[in-house]
Formats: sequence, C-alpha cells, structure tokens
Amino acid sequence: MDQNLKKELQILACNARMGIINGVHSAKSGHPGGSLSCVDTLTYLYHCVMRHDPKNPKWADRDRLVLSKGHCAPALYAVLANEGYFDKEMLLTLRHVGSFLQGHPEMKKTPGIDMSTGSLGQGISAACGMAMAAKLSNKDTRVFAVMGDGEIEEGMAWEAFMFASHYKLNNLTVVIDYNGLQIDGRLSEVCSPEPIPQKLEAFGFNTIVIDGHNFEEIEAAFENAKTSDKPTAIIQKTVKGKGVSFMEDNVSWHGSAPNDEQYAVAMEELSAALAELEGQA
Amino acid sequence: MSEKKIATRDSYGAALVECAEHDSEIVVLDADLAAATKTGMFKKAHPDRFIDCGIAECNMMGVAAGLAASGKKVFASTFAMFAAGRAFEIVRNSIGYPHLPVKICATHAGISVGEDGASHQCCEDIALMRAIPGMTVINPSDDVETKAAIRALVDFDGPAYVRLGRLAVPVINDNESYHFEIGKGVQLKDGSDVTILATGLMVAPALEAAKTLEAEGISARVINIHTIKPLDGDIIRKAAEETGLLVTVEEHNVMGGFGSAVSEFCSENCPIRVVKIGVNDTFGQSGPAAELLDVYGLNAQNIVDTVKRAVSEKK
Repeated sequence: MDQNLKKELQILACNARMGIINGVHSAKSGHPGGSLSCVDTLTYLYHCVMRHDPKNPKWADRDRLVLSKGHCAPALYAVLANEGYFDKEMLLTLRHVGSFLQGHPEMKKTPGIDMSTGSLGQGISAACGMAMAAKLSNKDTRVFAVMGDGEIEEGMAWEAFMFASHYKLNNLTVVIDYNGLQIDGRLSEVCSPEPIPQKLEAFGFNTIVIDGHNFEEIEAAFENAKTSDKPTAIIQKTVKGKGVSFMEDNVSWHGSAPNDEQYAVAMEELSAALAELEGQA
Repeated sequence: MSEKKIATRDSYGAALVECAEHDSEIVVLDADLAAATKTGMFKKAHPDRFIDCGIAECNMMGVAAGLAASGKKVFASTFAMFAAGRAFEIVRNSIGYPHLPVKICATHAGISVGEDGASHQCCEDIALMRAIPGMTVINPSDDVETKAAIRALVDFDGPAYVRLGRLAVPVINDNESYHFEIGKGVQLKDGSDVTILATGLMVAPALEAAKTLEAEGISARVINIHTIKPLDGDIIRKAAEETGLLVTVEEHNVMGGFGSAVSEFCSENCPIRVVKIGVNDTFGQSGPAAELLDVYGLNAQNIVDTVKRAVSEKK
C-alpha cells in the first residue's frame, strides 16, 4: 500500500472516530464500541473501493453498502461526513428529535444510506437482493454488507449466506466485524457462533481472515474479493472500542455514551493520535 | 355472476405472466411453494426473472427489499401464514419502514386452506399487515378483481399485501362496468335496511344472502371492500348514514381484521352498530374447505341469520 494513502486513511479514520464520540456524547446514547471497531474498514470502502458520488447519493449505478449491524450507524455517519455527504456539524444532531441521523440507519432520511437497518440479521438479505438486482440487470455494481459477529447468531443471516452462495453472488462482499463481544458478554460465553471462518467456508464463501485495523490487510482482502467467483466473507479481527483506551475490549461500551469527563479523555486521546499522524505527514 | 369458479392464486399467476410480458423489470420471488402459490406460471414463462429463495421466508422478504431498493418491481409470494406471520418483522422493518415497493402476494389465507389444518390457516394476516404504517392491504374477491389488483400494483409506489386464496371461488365481477381502483369500495347491490360490507371470498356469499333477504322483505345493500387499507371511508359513511346498520363479513379473525377496521372508522366518524361475521377468535381444523366455511359460519345462511337478527334489534 502506498504510504501516503495509508497515512491519509489513518487520518480520515481518526477523524471519523472523533465524529463517533462527538455524536454519541451529544446523543447521550448510542453504540460507540462496535462503531470504533468497524470504522477503519468503512473508511477504506468509501475512500478507496466503492463507486459513489456524494453529490449524487441516489446515482443508479453506484456501489451499495448495507450496514447490517445498524446500531453502528455513528461510524457510517462519520465516514459519510468525511466523504462530503453532509456537514460534520450534523453529527452532533445524532438521535435528536427531527434529525436525519436516526439511531439506526434510515435510507429515506439520510443522504448516502443505501438501506434501512437496525434489526439484526436483515441487512445481509437486502444486500443479497441488491447484488441479485445487479446480476439481473447485467450491471457491474458491487455490494458490501458489514455485519457484527454477534449478529450472525440470527438464523436469518444463515438463510442469506445460503442464498448468496447458491446464486453465486460474487459481487457481494460480507465483512464480519469480529470484535468478540456482544451486549451480554464475550461471544464465546453468550451463545457462540464460532468458528466463524470455517462456517462461512462451509456455506460456500471465499473466506479471508484479516486484522481489521491494518489498512494493508484490508486492501489486500478487498482486492482478493474482486476476483472471486464466489461471494466473499472478510472476517476482520478487531478491537471493540478501538482508539479510545478505556473503551477497548470492554463490553460495557457496547451501548453506552461517555459522560462529560470520559468524553474529554476520549477526545484528548484521539486528538493526540491525530496530531501524531499529521505531524508525520 | 357466472358459473365459473377460479382460485385467486391462479388469477395471480396468470396476471404476473401477463404483466411481465411488457415489463422487463418485474421480478418474482417465492419460498419453495411456486407450484402452490402459482408463481410457477411466471417461473415457466420467465425463468430468468424468477428467484426461488428456498424455505427461508425471512430472507426472501429481505432480498425483496434489496431488489426493490435497486429499482426492481418485486412480487414476493408464499403462504399467508409465513408471509405475514413468520416474516412479519422483516416485512415491518426492511419493507414497511423504508416504504419500499415490494408487493407481498400471500396465498392460502384463511380457513379455506382446508385439510392442512390450523397450522396453515392464517386468520391473523390482515390484522398484522394493516398495523404496519404505509402498508396497503388488498383482499380481492374473485378472478377479475385479483388480476385488476395485480395490474394496478406493478407500478404502485409503496409496499402492499395482497391476500389470496387456495379455494376456487365464483367469478362475480365479470361485467363491463367493473372498475378497480386501490382504496375504492364497490357497491354491488343497493339496499336501505342494512349494509353488508364483505371482503375477499365472502363477497359472493354476501350477494347470495342479500337475494334471500330481499325475498324475505329485508333490503340489504352489498359493498365489496377489496382494499382494507386505506379503507374507503366515504362509501362506508354513506352506507352507515343511509342504512343505519352495518354487518361486516370476512374470512379472518373478528379481532383486528376487516370488521375491526370498519368499527374503528365508524366509532370515530359515524357512530353506528357494526356486527362482525368472521372467525370468532379460534383456531381452525382440518377438513374440506367448503365444509370448514360452514362450520365457522362463513356462508350465506349465517349472513342471512345474522342480518335478520341485527335488523330485528334495530331501533
């Protein structure tokens, strides 16, 4: 990977992390942990992979992204703001009455959102439908679905995996954000869907395991997905709460907002990280 | 009324084939029931645009949403029990909430499923579907109306639920004056003592009952309400004001369905007695469809008896 691009992505992702914390703090609710774990991949997808136009969000020939783990909307909103879909100031309206930034993504309200999600296990099916629509119309549209690791405990997800594999939807790439935590605790302790790569392999997927915070590995995985004749599953090992020391790998930050004091610490850490990245640029 | 009897699921399959001939964006989904729902007719004519999702109704509804979000004109079919029941939450969140134009055409609704019994006799689907904001709910009475509804829905910009049956039912709308419009009731017979508001396969017995009542000196108006949501308030209010008594007839639980919709409308807009005929909050059982309709009082005789009783109680 080009080192300048890598730096640019790291800066964008750090900015997005600040957007996540700003939004969740302003809302006094939301899901920072899983947002922070998937934001690097979302940054890479919108900045380097997807064919899209922030000035024309409904462009018919755009690639699609479905955030199946819809509760991590703060990450998607922050990335869309980075890309110019709307002003970053809007992130502070997250979850406020009248805002177009709903607690979970709503395609009819927010520019850049391709599918309404939030009820787990459903977004992946819609992504399959979008990939199928592209196949039926002989378009080269690519579809990306970002799922939680806990989310795949929903049986419907496996209906969708069967479907994707049966219909050879190689224009579909599923990212599984494998941070190992769900609301009630560790996946391995709640009702484990593991081993995840083996199961997806058995369901007919081109399966890749990466470090989801390493842009070089992220790039290689999406390059690999392009050439597969099967749907691809990228199982990305991540750290829930990544980038904010006290949130990292701590289940209590799945769905709670920082108070003013915690907010100040988080922003200080992220600002320092950003300054270091920019200093090196 | 002709002597012909056709199941509305057959009319649906035929209408799909007809519509798809001049519209290449129509896509049809099923969940391993194409032979029964009659989407098999479409599959035969347009195999490239038919997607079998297997026995996975929840995924089918999600796939339908994704196709619709990409501009396809989507019809998704399975039995009412699974479309409205099993997949309810997906229909609500992935189709209803984003108001995507997926046409859910559910067959084998109601008691008239017959021998398969209670597990497959969905008498709750109208209640479930009409509770979803923005969902249009259509319950056609015969072959002519089903085909008209499907034609009207191809380019309809919103989600819709169409309730179809397994049992062959009389063709009652095969006349030149028949006109279908989503949301508009159809008056089939005028009358002054009472109005029978019927929907779906109960429209034919309602007409038959009105004839019997006429012979016995009771003048019954008969209105076919094919669209349960949005409900045609104008035609109901007029009937309430002019005949002073409403009797609703549906092959569905009397709780939450068509009769409830009429009652809700009347209690707010034109308070009046509404007597409901339907499945009386009970599960069905196995048996031939025609016999079951009799067992649960879904026939002309029970409509006659109920109307006579209600008219005699009229102030």
